[in-house]
Amino acid sequence: MLCQGWGEDGGSNNDNNDIGGTMTKSELIELIAAKQNQLSAKDVELAIKTLIEQMSETLAAGNRIEIRGFGSFSLHYRAPRIGRNPKTGESVGLAGKYVPHFKPGKELRDRVNQSMHSAEVNPYEEPN
Amino acid sequence: MGALTKAQMADRLFDELGLNKREAKEIVDMFFGELRISLESNEQVKLSGFGNFELREKGERPGRNPKTGEEIPITARRVVTFRPGQKLKARVEAYAGTQSEQ
Repeated sequence: MLCQGWGEDGGSNNDNNDIGGTMTKSELIELIAAKQNQLSAKDVELAIKTLIEQMSETLAAGNRIEIRGFGSFSLHYRAPRIGRNPKTGESVGLAGKYVPHFKPGKELRDRVNQSMHSAEVNPYEEPN
Repeated sequence: MGALTKAQMADRLFDELGLNKREAKEIVDMFFGELRISLESNEQVKLSGFGNFELREKGERPGRNPKTGEEIPITARRVVTFRPGQKLKARVEAYAGTQSEQ
């Protein structure tokens, strides 16, 4: 079980992963709490956790999530395959399964991509 | 049942938490709005229990116009990828177990 799941996304190896930082769920909650003035921080926390739970439930029930401008979540089927225990080399049959998948919407794709090209200094830019 | 949308998410905040309709809509909009702002500011997002939105920079690679067969390079770009967390993966796999093979 523990050795399952690695390398399934098949992300290509020569991509840069120059990331600026990370926002966590609690930081997101604080940010939203600070930006609005009707709800207490506790209420915002409960609301955001409820939204995330609802999204998980939806996918766990086999349904899609469609957020205009942001993207959609759906399930992708992974066919049954013969896996191998990397320690012993032993073959194990792995059943077919569903995995969550996110497809960014056009607006999010464009904005994220633009942010790379409009960065003041991009060390990865090819010299002209 | 159709796909989950922002309207249904706001309804749930109204039904379950008693937010008024305007507050509920605002929270849902801010949730996705802040995720987007973070990602377009080159900041990944980690939602524990759900998954991580990560950013990857892809170098230029050769491409082809599928209609004309003409070769055109696919320019370098930054893209969002989603890595579901263990908890979400486990919940979704449990669903698969209840389905007949498609």
